[in-house]
Amino acid sequence: MADQLAIGSRRGLRPALPLLLPAYLWLTVAIFLPLSAMVFFSFMTDLPLAGKEWSFTLGNYAAFFSQSLYSTLLFASLRLGLEVTLWCVVIGYPAAYVLAKVLKGRSREAIFLLVILPFWSNGLVRIFSWAMVLREGGILDTALNAVLPFKINIDLMYSYPAVIIGLVHSYVPYMVLTCYLTLQAIDDSLIEAGRSLGASRRQVLWRVIIPLSMPGLIAGAALIFVPVVGSFMEPRILGGRTGTFYGTVIEDQFVAVFNWPLGAALSFILLAVVLIILALAAPVLRRAG
Amino acid sequence: MRMPRLTAFLTATAVFVSAFTLAAQAAEEVHVLNWKGYGADEPWAVANFEKATGFKVVNDFFNSEQEMLTKIRTNPGLYDVVMINAAFNDQAMAGKLIQPIDVSKLSNYADIAKDKAGSPMLNHDGKVYGVPWVWGLTALAINDKSFDKPPTSIAEMWDPAHKGRVIIRDDAVEAVQFGAIASGQNINDIKDMDAVKAKLTSLMPQVKTFWSSENDWNQMVASNQIDIGTYWSGSADRAKTHFKLPVSLVIPQEGAVAWLDAFSIPVGSKNVAGAEAFINYMIDPKFYVEWVTKVGAPVSANTKAVDALPEDAFNRKVMGSPDVAKRIQFQAPVTDAQREKYLALWQELKVNVK
Repeated sequence: MADQLAIGSRRGLRPALPLLLPAYLWLTVAIFLPLSAMVFFSFMTDLPLAGKEWSFTLGNYAAFFSQSLYSTLLFASLRLGLEVTLWCVVIGYPAAYVLAKVLKGRSREAIFLLVILPFWSNGLVRIFSWAMVLREGGILDTALNAVLPFKINIDLMYSYPAVIIGLVHSYVPYMVLTCYLTLQAIDDSLIEAGRSLGASRRQVLWRVIIPLSMPGLIAGAALIFVPVVGSFMEPRILGGRTGTFYGTVIEDQFVAVFNWPLGAALSFILLAVVLIILALAAPVLRRAG
Repeated sequence: MRMPRLTAFLTATAVFVSAFTLAAQAAEEVHVLNWKGYGADEPWAVANFEKATGFKVVNDFFNSEQEMLTKIRTNPGLYDVVMINAAFNDQAMAGKLIQPIDVSKLSNYADIAKDKAGSPMLNHDGKVYGVPWVWGLTALAINDKSFDKPPTSIAEMWDPAHKGRVIIRDDAVEAVQFGAIASGQNINDIKDMDAVKAKLTSLMPQVKTFWSSENDWNQMVASNQIDIGTYWSGSADRAKTHFKLPVSLVIPQEGAVAWLDAFSIPVGSKNVAGAEAFINYMIDPKFYVEWVTKVGAPVSANTKAVDALPEDAFNRKVMGSPDVAKRIQFQAPVTDAQREKYLALWQELKVNVK
């Protein structure tokens, strides 16, 4: 028995091939093929539909650089991504800490459920319920005015803060989950050792807990930053006239104007910019970690 | 041993039978491509038509004219009837997407207003490529709760009293043509783009949000968040009749954009007879009166259908009045180059508002 096992593990890759094949097949069909089709589209003058002339061009990429519009929007979207990520850290990290180190048993499960709940509801439903809460005469406005002795007017709907609120709500579970995993893995005796050696609670936090949980923070930040930069649904519905971002312009190209080549080119420029940012940030973050 | 063979036999039979029924059904089906919630997909209308003719209606929808053109381009032979805004008829005909219609088969065609039926946008080389269905306006609509008496001028949109309570559609062509009317220009021949840009730039701070569907507009009124905005005449009628909302259409003295919607038959249609029957039913006075009463609709191109409405009906009294006819400007085809120019302007306006 022992010999057979040893041989099996020594063979390594070949027996594992049937297990890997479905995943690779899926990746090829579901991600690689459509994406390469989009790369192809982004270099075309028009979609190759019946009766339409087309040729190869770099014009779609040039459009990004010839109009300040797109770079302005890209900066606005990057700023949005940073702000949302920051708020997710501020809200998600303490929650993850409490879940990992303070709560035990039943109460931990209950809080976990609350954190995961947004994942289980449809994104559009979430946004429209925020619309009901944030608008003038909405739930928040009515509730605050019922409690407060003076009259205040809360109309956050169709504004930049509304977009931030909606996005933070959608993405904060990622931060909680990734940070929870790394925080839970920190050995309690390390914290106790720090305390017994005379470190204050704050010192333990800065010198022990945060450095050790850095991988979770970084993973969460990357998971949030990337989709938020390209988001279009939340800005369009919650942002009103201030809701034009890079993502909504890409969506317009696909849905409203049917200029797929330009939409594809804009998407790949976004992809490139995000990859560059992540690559630049990687060494800095690794040193911090 | 017998069971599997029997099963195989049954399966084969089932496959054959369903293949035959599918083939038989295909000949009887009429595939219609139109905006969602725009008359042709009303359940009662579909039921009436199916009962009267025996054809089965299969509805499919588009969200923009570009999507409609792409759908007929990429699915040759799938659709039998397609609803095309007259301003896009040229483009569809030039792309060999639609075929000439034998109007002698349509008993209601003779009743269509002569200026609509004879529109150069729908007729090419003496052949009819589109049967006028309904026409309407992109004008203003108001929240009745915010006005004692309806405004008469387009300038109301710029009134500081309505700051943050104005809504316009997120559509480049519509916005630019609206700006053209506000700056006193011909929508089909805009000479002074800077004037349009200046007008729209000063409108932006007034705007609460952009709408893209009827539902957006109606919800904003239902929650009393807007006073005034651009809207389609048929939609304003539906908001009032069907959804019982405090909405009234205003045709400003400066004018409004008029559009004409028409039905065409795509090249390669497998059921031309069914398509003709469906188009004829869509321009029938009986269908139209029911559509207006139950749901709310734009103005029929069929004069007999409009005359069948009560005398004080909005679509007959106001939309039919010569005074309105003088003010409105019918949309002509927009070239791709113009469209791109309009889009660039519209995106710039939206970005600068940030």
